[in-house]
Formats: sequence, C-alpha cells, structure tokens
Amino acid sequence: MNDSDRRDTIHRYVTTTRVNHWIVAIAFVLLALSGLALFHPALFWLTELFGGGTWTRILHPFLGLVMVFAFLFLAAKLWSDNRMRDRDWVWLRRGKDVVNNREESLPEVGRYNAGQKLLFFVIVLSLLGLLLSGVVIWRAYFAFYFPIGVIRIAAVVHAVSALVLICAIIVHIYAAIWVKGSVHAMTRGTVTPGWAWKHHRAWFRETGRRGGDPR
Amino acid sequence: MALQSLDIVRRSATTTPPPGARDAATAEVAKLIDVSKCIGCKACQVACMEWNDLRDEIGTNVGVYDNPADLSENSWTLMRYTEYENPKGDLEWLIRKDGCMHCADPGCLKACPSPGAIVQYANGIVDFHEESCIGCGYCITGCPFNIPRLSRKDKKVYKCTLCSDRVAVGLEPACVKACPTGAIVFGSKEDMKEHAAERIEDLKSRGFDKAGLYDPAGVGGTHVMYVLHHADQPSLYAGLPDQPKISAMVGLWKGVSKPISLAVIALTALAGFFHYIVVGRNEVSESDEQAARRELEKRDE
Repeated sequence: MNDSDRRDTIHRYVTTTRVNHWIVAIAFVLLALSGLALFHPALFWLTELFGGGTWTRILHPFLGLVMVFAFLFLAAKLWSDNRMRDRDWVWLRRGKDVVNNREESLPEVGRYNAGQKLLFFVIVLSLLGLLLSGVVIWRAYFAFYFPIGVIRIAAVVHAVSALVLICAIIVHIYAAIWVKGSVHAMTRGTVTPGWAWKHHRAWFRETGRRGGDPR
Repeated sequence: MALQSLDIVRRSATTTPPPGARDAATAEVAKLIDVSKCIGCKACQVACMEWNDLRDEIGTNVGVYDNPADLSENSWTLMRYTEYENPKGDLEWLIRKDGCMHCADPGCLKACPSPGAIVQYANGIVDFHEESCIGCGYCITGCPFNIPRLSRKDKKVYKCTLCSDRVAVGLEPACVKACPTGAIVFGSKEDMKEHAAERIEDLKSRGFDKAGLYDPAGVGGTHVMYVLHHADQPSLYAGLPDQPKISAMVGLWKGVSKPISLAVIALTALAGFFHYIVVGRNEVSESDEQAARRELEKRDE
C-alpha cells in the first residue's frame, strides 16, 4: 500500500510522535537489559552489552533520564486521548471477548481502547516510581542526601516499579504483534480504513475523514 | 584479597555453591575489642593506614576527639568518643573503635550485584574485591552498621579487610599488633569468647554488672566483637546498633523478589506466546475493509 495515497490509508501518528515513541522504546530496551543485569545474578552477563558492570552502573541512570524526558512529551500529547470513559469500563468487563478476538460484541472504541488506556497510566505511574526511587538510589550523585531507611525503601520501589513496567511493555509489544497493522501505525504512521473500522470504530467515525486527525 | 579461592565460603551475586573441597579445617577467627581497656590513643588507626598504605585527607577539628570525623575510603577504622553521664551523675568516656564487624550474615554481600566483588572466607572475614566492584553502592544500602564508603575519586567501595592479607599468612591484624593496652586481641572466635568471658567477669566484679559481649545474633554473630561495660545499651557507644540485622527491605529486595520477578516476567511473555498459538492473530479481513470503504463513500456523498 502506498502511504501517500490518502484514499486508501488513514493517518494515525505524525512523524514527531513516531520518533518520540521509538526514542522511548529504545531507551526502555536498554534500561530493561541493564537494569535486569544488576537485578539478578543470572543476568549479570547482560552488563557485557554495555561495556561491563561499571559502565552498566554508569549508563543506566542517564538512560533512565532519557526515557523519562522523552516520555514526558509523549504523555503530554496523548494524555487527553487516554482518559477513561464509561464505555471503557464495559470494554474491560468483556475482557474475555477481547482476548478471543470477538470485537463485534464489544462497545465501539475511540482512538484508544480501555486496555491501551490502562497501559498508558500503568506506564505513567511506574515511570514516576522509577524516577523518584532512581534518584534516591543514584549513589554517585544523590544517594548521600537521603537517610538509609529511605534508600532501602527506594531500592524496593525501583525493583517493583521496574517489574510492573517490564510486564506492561511485554503486554504492549505482544498486543502489537497480535493485532496486525498496529506496528505499521507506529512505524509508517498510517492504518488501513478497515483497521480503523474494526479496532477503533468510534475514532474512525469521529475523525475518519481524509487525514484521520493524526496525533 | 590475599586468601585464596579455596577458602571462599560465600560470594556475592552467585547462585551456585562455592568451592567445597576444603572442609571447615580453618577455625573461625575473631577480633575482640575490649572497650573498657581502650585509652583512645588511635594507634590502631595509624597502624591501619600504615599497613594498608592509606592516607586520608587532613581534615579540620570539628570539636570532638574523633579524627577523622568519619570513616572514609582511606580510614577503615576510627575511634569514636562518647561522653556519657551515668545514672550516678558520673562522666564516663566511652571510646569505641568503629569499623567493619565482619558479620556471619553480611548485608553488604547480600546486596552486592557484582559476582565476586564481595566474598566471605571460611575464617569469617568479609572482604571486598575492588577489581570486581562496579560502584553501585548497594553494599552501603545493605550494611546494618553503616561501614562501606564509596570513594569520590574512583567510585569503588572500601572498608576494613580484617587484614585478610596478614591473617592469611598467620599474622594478626595491624590494629591488634599496634594496640598498647591489649584492648584489641585476635584469635579463634572460640578463644576470643573465652577471653571475653574472663574480662566480663572482671568488669562485673568492679561494679559494671551489665558488662557483656557484643556478638549480635541478628547478623549471625560477628567476627569483630566488643566487650562493653554497658552491654544492655550498645547504642551508648556512638550509636552501635542495639539489635542489628539485615533490613527487611533489603531482605525483600535481594531475597524472594529476585526469583519471583523473573518468573513473572517469563510467565507474561509465555502467556503472550501461547495466546498467539491458541487464539491467534487479530487480522483485518477483506470484509472489514469493504465495510470501511462503504462508510467512507457514504460520507463523501
């Protein structure tokens, strides 16, 4: 399909959003690998990807800042589209239909479905937890400003938030593999009318005019 | 640093057993510090920096005898002075030689993420191997005694080695050698406990009826022990923890959460994989495209 042929495609994401998303995504992958390397001895070998244990320790927090900073822009842009609405709770209650590809028995979905919205807020919260706890345990620059009890709690908060985020992102990545056409939306920016009609019908009807009102 | 790998009984960030051929022939050692005999001369501090070839920065007088003011990467032991007014109204000058306690259950080793950066030898000494240290400071988070110090210069952590290099060749630690009053003695942990019992009996006969041995069970006992005249209140001695143990937070962070987290991550990924196998992809069909096109055309009219 030719992306520039507007008759056959609907524009979902503008270039800056896609670049922004992939900066966050790349930072996340590097953070997950370096973080897990320092979390469990069985994964310490992952530090070799970053030039050894010491370099992993040095790079991880700076990568974290890159991710949080980049996500800030993405979140600001997508915040209002991710507000939960009444129909979203109905959608969630019919989770069984969702996982079994029975979309015809679900309420119509806007730009984002309830699962995407929940994921969005899980990411917001876990990143907030990671940022705050990460500063506290950043030994080279900040940890000595905090009492030991706070540092110990922060270490646990950091681990738990990271676990939640990693699992959320696994779900996010799998959903993109599962729902065909989603990856194209974030790589090339466009979806087919059928995709919008099937998965996001309310959005298709509200903004499905030529151009698609991309974010 | 100087004991060899055959003597290692515990190694940081390692889930497999340590070498076990050499089986418990070595007695556990201990340094016993008799606080009641200490005169605060700081010979131990000098001996420590001399043997370990460390020179701390010249600091400033902060109004107390403690010099330097705190432990550092270059000061692995430190006399801490406390002026204590006892219930009788008399002043007692409590002087405690601070430094690594060489816990049987070391919080630093539990917290360390770098394999082999912290080891525990069969004789009980807990040692940092700085060449494997990545500078994360987790050992500081794990230690119940606030001992390891991160160097600003090289971002590695340092602490008392109990002169593992000297002990390995049958010498006593440098501080023990230097102590002029015999307040610091060194030997097998059993012998040190016996010696402590004699000292405690003596102290009790002199009116210190709460005298006792500080060998806290919360960390499995330590390989640096104190004889205290007020063993019922260890915190009198410049904040020596009354009941030290590895924090529950550190236990959670470095204990059950590690295998559980990896399992949860793996199960999440597997759930996705098998969803794909069982339910399969969610694809847009040709009839979806046609329905969409019909709506678009209707809108164009």
